[in-house]
Amino acid sequence: MQIKPILAALRRHKAGTILIALQIALTLAIVCNALFIVHERIDRVNRPTGMDESNVVVVQNRYVGSPPNFVPLIKTDVQALRSIPGVEAAYTTNSFPLRRGGWSTGIQTKPDGTKDGLPTALYFGDEQTLKALGVRLIAGRNFNPGEVVIVQPQQRPAPPQVIVTKAIVDKLFPNGDGLGKTIYLSKGKPSTIIGIVDKLTVPWIDFDHMDNVTIMPLIFNSGYQHFVIRTRPGEQDAVFKATAKTLYGVNRMRVLSEKTGVRTFDMVRSSAYETDRGMAILMSVVCGVLLAITAAGIVGLSSFWVGQRRKQIGVRRALGARRSDILSYFMTENFLIALAGVVLGVILAVGLSQWMFTHFEMKRLSFTYVLVGVVVLLGLGQVAVFAPALRASKVSPVEATRSV
Amino acid sequence: MFSYYLQLGLRSLRRNPMLTALMVMAIGFGVAASMTTYSVFRATARDPIPQKSSVLFNTQLDAFGPENIEKGEPAGALTYKDATALFRAHKAKRQTIIYPVSVSVIPDDPARLPSREAAYAAGSDFFPMFDVPFIQGGGWTTDDDEKHASVAVITKSTNDKLFNGAPSVGRQINLDGRLFRITGVIEDWAPQPLFFDVWNTGGFDEGASVYIPFTRAVDLQMSTNGNNNCVAEPAEGWANYLQSECIWLSLWSELPTKADVDAYRDYVAGYAAEQQRAGRFRWAPNVRVRDVVDWLDAEHVVPPESQVSLVVSLGFLVICLVNTVGLLLAKFMRRAPEIGVRRALGASRRDIYAQFLIEAGTIGVAGGILGLLLTGLGVLGVGLVFPEEIARLATLDPVLILLTLVVAIVASVVAAFYPTWRAAQVQPAWQLKSN
Repeated sequence: MQIKPILAALRRHKAGTILIALQIALTLAIVCNALFIVHERIDRVNRPTGMDESNVVVVQNRYVGSPPNFVPLIKTDVQALRSIPGVEAAYTTNSFPLRRGGWSTGIQTKPDGTKDGLPTALYFGDEQTLKALGVRLIAGRNFNPGEVVIVQPQQRPAPPQVIVTKAIVDKLFPNGDGLGKTIYLSKGKPSTIIGIVDKLTVPWIDFDHMDNVTIMPLIFNSGYQHFVIRTRPGEQDAVFKATAKTLYGVNRMRVLSEKTGVRTFDMVRSSAYETDRGMAILMSVVCGVLLAITAAGIVGLSSFWVGQRRKQIGVRRALGARRSDILSYFMTENFLIALAGVVLGVILAVGLSQWMFTHFEMKRLSFTYVLVGVVVLLGLGQVAVFAPALRASKVSPVEATRSV
Repeated sequence: MFSYYLQLGLRSLRRNPMLTALMVMAIGFGVAASMTTYSVFRATARDPIPQKSSVLFNTQLDAFGPENIEKGEPAGALTYKDATALFRAHKAKRQTIIYPVSVSVIPDDPARLPSREAAYAAGSDFFPMFDVPFIQGGGWTTDDDEKHASVAVITKSTNDKLFNGAPSVGRQINLDGRLFRITGVIEDWAPQPLFFDVWNTGGFDEGASVYIPFTRAVDLQMSTNGNNNCVAEPAEGWANYLQSECIWLSLWSELPTKADVDAYRDYVAGYAAEQQRAGRFRWAPNVRVRDVVDWLDAEHVVPPESQVSLVVSLGFLVICLVNTVGLLLAKFMRRAPEIGVRRALGASRRDIYAQFLIEAGTIGVAGGILGLLLTGLGVLGVGLVFPEEIARLATLDPVLILLTLVVAIVASVVAAFYPTWRAAQVQPAWQLKSN
């Protein structure tokens, strides 16, 4: 293929060439950044919580009024939930993964540590917690019912036994001897690690230490709490429907809000990642429409060029050029323009990513995406130019003589 | 002449329906994407209380120390000690401490279920300061503040729910089993962004149903329904909590003149310096007194998603315009012979400009109408991308409709400048010769 005559011809169509190249460059810059955002968001949405998320129902409950002691009410509710047919396990807690609200503290390994400590989320629970969440104990043992303590609102929760995630023991005790060690969640109050779970994430979706969770055997004396229920497979819907009725049956003086009162864990997950999913959808749509418009633009301009050069094509055909020569001429021409476009586009893409990095604290674009974008746009150009090029190749040599 | 060029333009557009459709779609999509994301941006970046935003000031005071805050910016809330000390000093025309609480509203009718409602504990100045619109009665008095009175202001929907909309001033509302006398009923008021409680809501929230005096809420040991950050663990009990270094309160002041602002700022800095001398703060005074707009800015109320999508869709619009420039260029240059004939017959370059810009303008109008339809769809679909609290703020109002059309027409005329210039440069002689 001879490139020189193509370049010479392009010099006569500077404006059109520049416009197509510019469009390809801008499209590349936006598409690879948008795809990168899509990928990042999808990654976030698909992060596992460490739970077995199917067949879980969660309840957000507030008691009305202010008796001094809510614990009997809470215990009655838990018993009532456990006796709903189809329920395998149920417990009361302050929080659970993807709730986006909860407690955190710093873990110290010395009684009077002054440093910040290792951040951890705190989940309250009891002997049914692990079963209800569906998390795997990889070492040690579960709580037993006798270990569950009552904590008052102004007290700091720090029971004698705790279960922590593997991520915590790996960081605090890198030698692998974390089980049975003592940690401090409140000054001067030791807690022994009696069990280690494989993985469980914090309630927040943006947290520097997603896997640092401490489970405590305790009931918090408060009018506001959550219940987590595990149902037998296939009975989630029945339990979901029966829960509010059961609770109101036990005690009417409570509020289960319409939207967040009783939810399946699927609902919890989908509302936690609503914005991320939305952003991924928006950016995908933008990419799709953008590529379509760019392709349409290439088709439009190429068709125009073909129309403009019918005579010249006719002359070339009359002088012995084959159809495939004409076809490859236009394909190559487009390839050269697109190549110039993607070179500029890569610079713009990196610049845009840098700008978003400084302004919105976003991650920097990975080079794979630029590469994928380059390939996609070069391919898109070739596909878009194919129809006009094919039409050009069908120009008959007779055209050379016609309009003169 | 205008109508003649318009006719010519329409005829020319009909001649290449595919090309025309392509341009109209490019303009339509580009404008719609930008306008939809702009509607969200506008909603999140607006001034919630334009008539007073320059005289209302939030107070920030670093009680945590430089090692516990980010980038030297004091946290967005105050400790009880600091908020009440600054409030008691009366250095502003009006001032209120605010924090959110959650109350159970218990209906008199035992057949109805109690409901949990969001409430704010605030001072009596809250209502005149923020121009809260009353439909019955008014706010409670300073005297009520001082007496820690059980009084309340409720919203219209709460009044509708509890009293079926009947006048309720002077009647009682049962909150968590305690009776509060209603002094006024307000509209369902929640300026967006909810500037006075960004600390807990992030700026977008439906607001509260009930307002009660701050002093009374503290008496009742109602803990905050929002964020509570402690730099050191408080000792047990409510009294110790109030004396702790836990931040959970907002303090707002109305300062009508520049001199008032300076005096107040000096006072707050002086207060912090005093705390440093007393040994409570081991760092130099670090205070901020910001008006509504600066405060919303500092708290980054506009979500990054809104800004990123605005940037991306503006880029989208630029690409659509480049696309349109290319297509118009193709279209106009194809008509070089026609232009040559017109020029030869005496049309000036000006006439050519007028004719082609009008043709581009008609594309702009068509693109604008398409863009408007798509923007309408886009605004409806905002809920898919943004959380409900923000999505409900994005609306297609007359300003946005006008803006959509103007942007579409201006964009297509701008896009047409270069192709039109090229068209006007056509040499009549060459065109006539080659034909």
